[in-house]
Amino acid sequence: MQLSFWTYEGPPHVGAMRVATGMRGLHYVLHAPQGDTYADLLFTMIERNTARPPVTYTTFQARDLGADTADLFKEAARDAYERFRPEALLVGASCTAELLQDDPGGLARAINLPIPVVGVELPAYQKKENWGAAETFYQLVRAFARAPQSPPERASCNILGPTALGFRHRDDVREIVGLLEGMGIRVNVVAPASAAPSDLMRLGDAHFNVVLYPETAGVAAAFLKRQFRQEATKTVPIGVGATREFIAEVAALAGLDASTVAEASRLPWYSRSVDSTYLTGKRVFIFGDATHAVAAARVASRELGFTVVGLGTYSREQARDVREAAAQYGLEALITDDYLEVEAAIEAAACELVLGTQMERNIAKRLGLPCAVISAPVHVQDFPARYSPQMGFEGANVIFDTWVHPLMMGLEEHLLAMFREDREFNDEAKPSHLGSGKLPEQPAAAVLADSESLVEVRGWNAEAEAELKKIPFFVRGKARRNTEKYAAMKGIGTITVETLYDAKAHYAR
Amino acid sequence: MSAALARGCSDAPILRERGQREVFCGLTGIVWLHRKIQDAFFLVVGSRTCAHLLQSAAGVMIFAEPRFATALMEERDLAGLADAHDELDQVVAKLLKRRPDIRMLFLVGSCPSEVIKLDLGRAAQRLDGVYKAAGVRVLSYSGSGIETTFTQGEDACLAALVPQMPRNDAPQLLVVGALAEVVEDQFSRIFAAMGLTNVAFLPPRRASEMPSVGPATKMLLAQPFLADTARALESRGARHIPALFPLGVEGTTAWLTAGAAAMGVAPERIRDALDMPQTRARLALQRCQSELAGRSVFFMPDSQLEIPLARFLHNELGMTLLEVGTPFLHRAHMTPELEALPSGTFLSEGQHVDRQLDRVRAARPDITVCGLGLANPLESEGMTTKWAIELVFTPIQGYDQAADLAELFARPLRRKDKLDFGRPPVAAGA
Repeated sequence: MQLSFWTYEGPPHVGAMRVATGMRGLHYVLHAPQGDTYADLLFTMIERNTARPPVTYTTFQARDLGADTADLFKEAARDAYERFRPEALLVGASCTAELLQDDPGGLARAINLPIPVVGVELPAYQKKENWGAAETFYQLVRAFARAPQSPPERASCNILGPTALGFRHRDDVREIVGLLEGMGIRVNVVAPASAAPSDLMRLGDAHFNVVLYPETAGVAAAFLKRQFRQEATKTVPIGVGATREFIAEVAALAGLDASTVAEASRLPWYSRSVDSTYLTGKRVFIFGDATHAVAAARVASRELGFTVVGLGTYSREQARDVREAAAQYGLEALITDDYLEVEAAIEAAACELVLGTQMERNIAKRLGLPCAVISAPVHVQDFPARYSPQMGFEGANVIFDTWVHPLMMGLEEHLLAMFREDREFNDEAKPSHLGSGKLPEQPAAAVLADSESLVEVRGWNAEAEAELKKIPFFVRGKARRNTEKYAAMKGIGTITVETLYDAKAHYAR
Repeated sequence: MSAALARGCSDAPILRERGQREVFCGLTGIVWLHRKIQDAFFLVVGSRTCAHLLQSAAGVMIFAEPRFATALMEERDLAGLADAHDELDQVVAKLLKRRPDIRMLFLVGSCPSEVIKLDLGRAAQRLDGVYKAAGVRVLSYSGSGIETTFTQGEDACLAALVPQMPRNDAPQLLVVGALAEVVEDQFSRIFAAMGLTNVAFLPPRRASEMPSVGPATKMLLAQPFLADTARALESRGARHIPALFPLGVEGTTAWLTAGAAAMGVAPERIRDALDMPQTRARLALQRCQSELAGRSVFFMPDSQLEIPLARFLHNELGMTLLEVGTPFLHRAHMTPELEALPSGTFLSEGQHVDRQLDRVRAARPDITVCGLGLANPLESEGMTTKWAIELVFTPIQGYDQAADLAELFARPLRRKDKLDFGRPPVAAGA
């Protein structure tokens, strides 16, 4: 038994729902107790889908357990077929129904529906959402993919991985389809999102596979390689460098010349422009699914000139990739699905920017740190009305804006330093639109109430306090916190100017 | 008024349906109960689905560290129950060490814990013995979807509190059901204005403020879904006061009057105390009356609040009731409400969600009250909806909330009238 206050991933059947909801012409009959229908709201509220997910739940209750839950399942499957007339049925169980051992796959086959039935077994007490999505997609591909009639043309591919409720999948697909078609490559099938079971039958008609999200498509791509000798791309095109590598990889697979591809990203120039000088060495903490976290680390470090001070993931299945990436930055990867551990790591890393999930965004807000979201689990804000991919050249533009805007802009930072003694422009002045005057005195922060082992810091002497005031106000709070933390650590009772600069030197390491 | 009319819907036929139920399970109650009892912690013993449900329904990411969590059962917990109990003990020890501020811990049963027959009652008893000396009470109830539908989780929780209530032989009025504090305080002030001060509320705001119960206790149900709690209180001697539920002016007046009268307050004193707030509430309702009168409403089953809400919308705002669905109909507690409904109201109990959606589409109501999974799909079909869950999470009871309650229905309609995106250009020559 494991104590969990919050979870990055849902149960594996939610992964199956993400696959089914992304697809067309597939209906998922889920053996599940009353209440499990909550998962519908993920799709209708967070993603704002205009239709209910194509899922029928048996919603059994206690009184059904005494009777026959297997019959209930068969009835639900029959009704779902009659009402929705899908091309194929996906069947499975949620955590509770798994314990009943009713065998949804067998039951659904026993009622002899005139359509294919694919059963998926998703061990709910061992696995999680992304694993469930990957397994479901794999089972569907295994069930439907057929060998091609004739060898496919070389410049043709499938795009694998996008699902419903995926982080920017909608826009990534558009961006990558555009990129590939611009190169003269035919996109055969995009799956699971937007594909019908009949489309999965045509997967073999492409020469290779583009794997956008290894978390959901890795297993299926490996199967297709074994089955039809379709190569799969290894580079996930997030960031300018990775997009260039992706283009080279794809061109080699398709037998095309990559040098003709138009590059449309402003990121390299914006990053080289003098305004971005202040980005140099900004300490950034990264946490997310493995694919996005590893990609973010590369972009942060190589393309924006940040220093990666923390890298981690909640995807245990891909932990090895993240550990390898972390080693490149001299870090040990944080592999956990306990957000409290992530919070502690962010605090300890003394970072200036957090790149994470919506949970890290909340953590960053509590800690007063700027943050940008780079990964699922998704939030309604992760489905922006505008086109906003993460992948390809436009994705790199989006990344530049969304990571840099939360930071103080460079020019602004200089202005702030320049005008910090200005009467109207300092931390004690009210914002001008609220009238002039001083802000009320802030109560002194309680000193380190959360770290009992540290000695209590009695305070700052007048000289140190005066020195602190010389530090630009937008970093003054941090300087104060760091100095007090340092003093507590070193057992220094009264903070002097020397303590202030010792602390500065200590945290500058 | 003829006898037939006076009976309203009390003996009207009801459509009983079975099929897919698009409802939350009782675990969802934790979302408001943990805010109500401020030193209580709710530990669900369940699966990742339970944890995911709670965080999805509550949007809990805004909390630093919520006062609820899940003890996630793993493969080895399913294999041996003895081990599961040991594991649970360890999780509880870890949790209470981390949260020394907790005074009451609920072990909350889930579908998987029920199916494997993990006896949380026994576990709670054992852990209560361990932590009582440290000032922590440990209780248990089931919020599982196989046992409870949405608000029934609160019923199960409150019923679990009843044995903890001290005995009291003095006459008192006990208000039962979680209410927002602002509403509770309003009711307290109104009762005090009638000279009634021996009024207690269940659940309490803190574990140490547990109300008492005894043979001279009269209980007034503030929520319509408390069948088990009422039964448990009755077994401790409390007497149920039948009344409308305190939704809308009519319901609030009837509810307060019934409570006060049962406590022997003179009718004129009751009238005097209710006069001012009642007038104010009627005034506040007027704006929405003109917007809602004549509009039609369809209730999908959700919280068991549907019948009292329908009564309010029809009697005070002049809305037409197309169908009033409820997950369960508890006749004993609902009798006054059914009598107050217009006769001929179409009532349904239980759910077959696809068939019910067919009826919604056929009826084309002006507004449909439904769960979050159905609202946007119906909106995309051009229908206007109201999320049912907001009716549970928002303070809607009492006089001063009557207009807020009406506003919850008026706003989606007003918005629909307001939005205008122009028309797509017409092709030349068309």
